[in-house]
Order: sequence, then C-alpha cells, then structure tokens
Amino acid sequence: MNFGLSDEQELLQETVRGFCAVEIPPPRVRELFDAGAGHDPALWKGLGELGVLGLIVPEAYGGAGLELLDLALVAEVLGQSALPGPFLGHQLVSLALARAGSDAQKRAWLPRLASGEAIGAVALAEGAAAWEPQTWRARVDGGRVHGTKTFAAHAALADLLLVGVEGGELVLVERGAEGLALADQDGVDRTRPIARVELANSPCESLSGGAQTAGRVRDAGLCLLAADAFGAAWRLLHTTIDYAGTRQQFGSTLTQFQAVKHQLANMATDVEPTRGLWWFAAHAFDQIPAEAERAAAIAKAHVTDRAMDVARGAVEVHGGIGFTWECDVQIWFKRVMFDRAWLGTPELHRARSAQLAGW
Amino acid sequence: MDLRFGEEYEAFRAEVRAFLREHWPLRGAEAELTLSRQEQVFRERALARGYVYRHFPRVYGGSEQPPDALEDIVLDQEFAAVGAPRDIRGIGPAMLAPTLLDCGNEAQRLRFIPPTLRGDMRWCQGYSEPGAGSDLASLSSRAVQDGDEFVINGHKIWTSDAQSADYMFGLFRTEPGAPKHAGISYLLIDMRTQGIEVRPLRQMTGGAEFNEVFFSDVRIPADSIVGRRGEGWKVSRSTLKHERNLIGDPRFLRNAFDALVELARRRERGGRPAIEDAHVRQRLAEIEGYVASQEFSAQRQLTAALRGEAAKAALPTLMNKLYSTDTTQRITRLAFDLLGADGLIAPVPEEYGMGSRLRTPGGWVAQYMFAIANSIAGGASNIQRNIIGERGLGLPRDLRAPGS
Repeated sequence: MNFGLSDEQELLQETVRGFCAVEIPPPRVRELFDAGAGHDPALWKGLGELGVLGLIVPEAYGGAGLELLDLALVAEVLGQSALPGPFLGHQLVSLALARAGSDAQKRAWLPRLASGEAIGAVALAEGAAAWEPQTWRARVDGGRVHGTKTFAAHAALADLLLVGVEGGELVLVERGAEGLALADQDGVDRTRPIARVELANSPCESLSGGAQTAGRVRDAGLCLLAADAFGAAWRLLHTTIDYAGTRQQFGSTLTQFQAVKHQLANMATDVEPTRGLWWFAAHAFDQIPAEAERAAAIAKAHVTDRAMDVARGAVEVHGGIGFTWECDVQIWFKRVMFDRAWLGTPELHRARSAQLAGW
Repeated sequence: MDLRFGEEYEAFRAEVRAFLREHWPLRGAEAELTLSRQEQVFRERALARGYVYRHFPRVYGGSEQPPDALEDIVLDQEFAAVGAPRDIRGIGPAMLAPTLLDCGNEAQRLRFIPPTLRGDMRWCQGYSEPGAGSDLASLSSRAVQDGDEFVINGHKIWTSDAQSADYMFGLFRTEPGAPKHAGISYLLIDMRTQGIEVRPLRQMTGGAEFNEVFFSDVRIPADSIVGRRGEGWKVSRSTLKHERNLIGDPRFLRNAFDALVELARRRERGGRPAIEDAHVRQRLAEIEGYVASQEFSAQRQLTAALRGEAAKAALPTLMNKLYSTDTTQRITRLAFDLLGADGLIAPVPEEYGMGSRLRTPGGWVAQYMFAIANSIAGGASNIQRNIIGERGLGLPRDLRAPGS
C-alpha cells in the first residue's frame, strides 16, 4: 500500500522544475505570451534533451517507456511554469501511436516525436464543443479525410496531426498534406494557441483500435489537463501569498488581515486536497483499467473547476493590478481557463462520470 | 504507487476473516444476551487475538501489538464489513486513555484505563465554557487546592453525554495569577460528586446531546490531577500527537455520499427518480469530487506517515477538518433540496441520533442542521482557516489584545 511518489518520480519533478527555473522564468514566459506563438524552438529542444518529450514512448522507439503518472507529474511542473509549447497534444499523439500505430507508423514517427524533432498535435473537437469521439463527423473515404476540426492546440506547428473522425476513429495527417488548411482561432491562452483545421479530402492514415483508442487518448488528456491546472493553481496561490505579504494597506501587509488570510486558506484548501485525485486518475490509467475512465473524468472536472476558483481568487486578492494585462496573474489564469474548457468542460465530464457510475 | 496491500497483508486479512466467521455474530445462548453484553464478550475474544486496543499495553487492558497502520486498516475494513465491534468509540478510549498513557501516573493508568476500554467507565469532556469557546485557554472555572482536595466552582458547556458519564476529564484554572495557558490544570472528576448539576441543552435539531455542567463547591481528591498544577494545557494537547486522530475518517464522507445517492434514487422529480435529473447528477458528481479528494488526501497522509515523512503531508493534514465538514455540508444541502416539501417537517426524536440521521427524510433534516455543528465543534471553521494560514502557509498570526 503506497500512495506516494517514488524517489525517481520526485527527482523527475525536481529536474524539470530546475530546467524551467532557468529556461523559462516569468519574464521569458511573458515575452512568449506577448509574442503569441506559444512556442520557443530552443525551449522545445531543451525539453527534448531532458527526455520528457519521449517519456511515455516505448524504449524500443527511443523513449523512456514510463507511465502516464510520470508524464502527469511533468505536466504539473509545466503548468506551474505556464510553459508555452505543444507538449500536451504532442504527448497525446505519441500515446495514440504507441498504442494503436502500425509497426511502420511507429518506426516512422515515434523516434522523432520522442526527441522532439517532429511535433505532434491533436485535432479532436468539431464545431462549438463536440469533444466526445461519438460526436465526430469528419469522414474518411479511400484514405482521404474530409471535415472541419476546431480548437486544435498548436496545430500550426504540427508535423503530424492526429484527427478524430466518424465512428470515434483516429487518423494521421502529415504537415503540408493536400487540402489541409489552418486558421488561427485567437485563443485566450497564449501559451497554447488554437486553430481551426480544414481537411478537404486530405490524404490520411488510420490508426487501429477504433473508438477505444480515442477514449484512451481522451482519458490521458484529461489527466494531463488536471495536472497542468493543479500546477497553475499552485503557482497562483503562492504568487498571491507573496504579493499579499508585501503589499501594504492601512499600515500593514494584506496577509495580516484575517479576511485575506482566510481567503488564502480557502484557496489553498480548494486545491491542495485535489492532488491525489489526479495522481490516482493517472495511476488508474496505468494500472487499474476498470477505474481509469471515470477517475479521469472526475479529476478533470474537479481539479480544473477548483483551479479556476483559485485563479479568480488570485486576481481578487491582487486587487486592481491583478486585472491588468501587465500583471502575470492573467497568464496562469488563462492557462487554467484552457485546462478547464479544452477536451470538454466540467459539466460534460460530470455527466459522463454520472453515466459511468450507473446512476 | 501501488494501492494493493500485498501478500503479507492479504494473508493477515484472510486470518481476520476466518476469525470473524467463527466469532461474529455470537451463536447459541450467547446470541440471546443484550447487544452490549454480546459486544463485550466478542471484544474479549478479539482482544486475545490482538485485534482490538492494539496500541495499549496488556497491563492496562490492551492487546499491545507492534504499530502497523496497514493491519489497522485491514481490521477496520473487515470488522466494518460484518458489523463486528472494534475499539469502543468515544472520547474515553480515544482521548482520555491515550492522555493517561502519556501524562498520567501509574496509579491513574491502572485505575482508569482498563474499565474505560471495557466500556465500564464512561467519560465526558469538560473543556468549553460560556466565555471560552474558540479561545479555550481563557477558561475561568476554577479549582482551589484545599489540603488534599480541590474545590471546584464554575460552569462547563457543550458537554456531550454528561448525564450518562461516570467521569469527566476537564480543564480548570488552578493558578489565577499565572499567564493564561500556564494557569490551567487537567482534572478527573467523578460525576456523582456532590455539587455537580447537569442540565441538558436543547439544540436546534430538537435533540439534546449536549449539556451544561455546573460546579458548586465540588470537592475532589487532590490526586485527581493529571500532570502537575499549571500543566493542564500541555496535558490536554498531548492527545494531538496521536496522528491517527488527526487524519480523520474519509469513510464517513463516503458513507454519507452513498446515502445521498440512495436518497436521489428514492426521491422523485417530475414523476421520475431524481437521480435521472441532469441537474441532480451534476451536483452529485461535483460533490463526489470533494469526497474522492479527501479519500486520496487521507491515503497520501497515510503513506507519508508509513514512510516516516509525515512532514511532507503536513499541509493537507491541517485541512482535514475544514475539508471534511465543508463536504458534509455540501452533501446535506443537496439532500435537503432532494427532500422538497418534506424538508418542512421537523425530525422526530428517533431521528435525532447519529445512527439514524441519513436514513429517513426527517433524519436528513436533522443532519442538515447537525452538519453545521460539526463545522463548529472541535475548532470552528474560521479557527481552522487560521491554522491553515498560519501553520500551513506561513502567514502572520492575528493581532491579539496584549496578554491574551
């Protein structure tokens, strides 16, 4: 009975935290946030060298062969750092390929994805909010895909796009494919820009496993979003504590006022107890298949919802400055907005968890 | 990470199950005894096997087992599964007895711990006073030493089970000139002593689980003190070292949540079971997020304690009380909404008690109110927020009046 991290897992987080502290301090996040591309090739290369891009890629294909829990622990740190980059979708493409790719597809892509030399992105949603595999309508006919996908994070950078199609199937579309056109959607989270993806009879390759694969990809995504939101909320909490500890009003720091102290205690209590929720969801994904789907749904809904509460509180405690573009709080606030809405809002996943419980 | 218990503990579990199959429920003539007598008979057998009172030395009536939190959990699970009684709950075995182990003298341990563990000696706690709630150390009920006796005068309040208790352990001011925390002593008081008056305190639920206790020139032997004069505050805090008490029991939340789901299945909305209503499902699923968070938070704390790294889980440990009581309130709020107009009916006395609260509509009404009491008792929510802020987040202490 052990519900804690291993020494290796703690070291992994430590390593990534150290990397982020050096490579992506808040002023650099701010530069990238304002630039809007949500990407820094040097930073991405560094993540590749660190080994985190191939963390869950099987060793035979150049990865570390670790589990989703390990990856979620990295996602927590990246959320804490608001690291701009295509990490999330990239990992989901690797996961789908490792699970459901043909030998040829794996050989062609996994080593390059593991190193970061090639970038992967996912195009799952359609229309305003059709995230669930059974709602996808893009059609595949004779090795060509036709349809419109939305909210595809970092699609503009992708060498390989994982596209959800009719029947909950997944197909691969390569950069520059005939009939592939992207339009930026001006996403609110500038660390992870989103695009509309038009596919007009574009050549594609299918993955095996059908809707089951898509379900696994979704569940992994939900775990990673929960971990990212947890990290971002944690950062917001501590940024706010630091600010309130220095800001003076009425002759003392804000933290001396019980109203503020209690608000900070409530924010901490919103987020801290949820740590085990996403730990368990990721662990269930790896080891307890019967509980994985529901655990991921509950974790995503609850953690991102509470993280959003913390983010709103962070703005409020900062006061007027917290509402400005200049204040970094907005960067993490929007990071959490993304985590909460992408792959479906808490409402969708609560409805799913109710269904899965047999209620 | 591995949530399985492993072979060693599964073997232990099999052993426990075999024991329970043989011994609970009681059979033959023993099955005709009163329930409390049956529990006593069974508990003696479980004690001989080392399954109850594991942390108490044999000489005081315990089974003196080496500390093993996982065996404790297996026992909790298996005993609960068949409804077999384990350690007697309540503040005697849970608070007074460990305090005597830490701070009492040998005569006190031998005299008080064994009958307390057997259930033959029942206790109430005399801490709160009308003028000393969250600021407990400002208490003013006093005990004056007069030769080989203390003479007690004062007024305690919120005393659960005062009518049925044989003894009270309580805090009294014995050193009026000393700074407030240093002027308090921890005393053991026979509730049959002349000069003690117990008055039930009727609650908003209608029930009367709490009491006021009045002391008028109550004389008790001077050897009723635990620790030295003026050390009572320290003695009363010693119980806090027993970490298990702090981790809280997330099974209560899960049981209450399961009862809520049951209620949603039974109640109707628009001629259909309420649980089919999309809004009800959303609220249930959101509440389950809180319940599951507390379960995994407790698991984390347990693992940290097992590894000897409790400090790593210090922050979530400080949150247990606030989080659990807030979650209980969320559960009862949804239950109250599910009751609809039945929420207008007052609970009947049979529904006041802890055991019957989550079953009937009136029981849920009682629990809807009682959940607030849980947020007050044992350190009110705003005190918990202070503790989380100050000890957990390193925020400054409140400004206080000088000397308070």
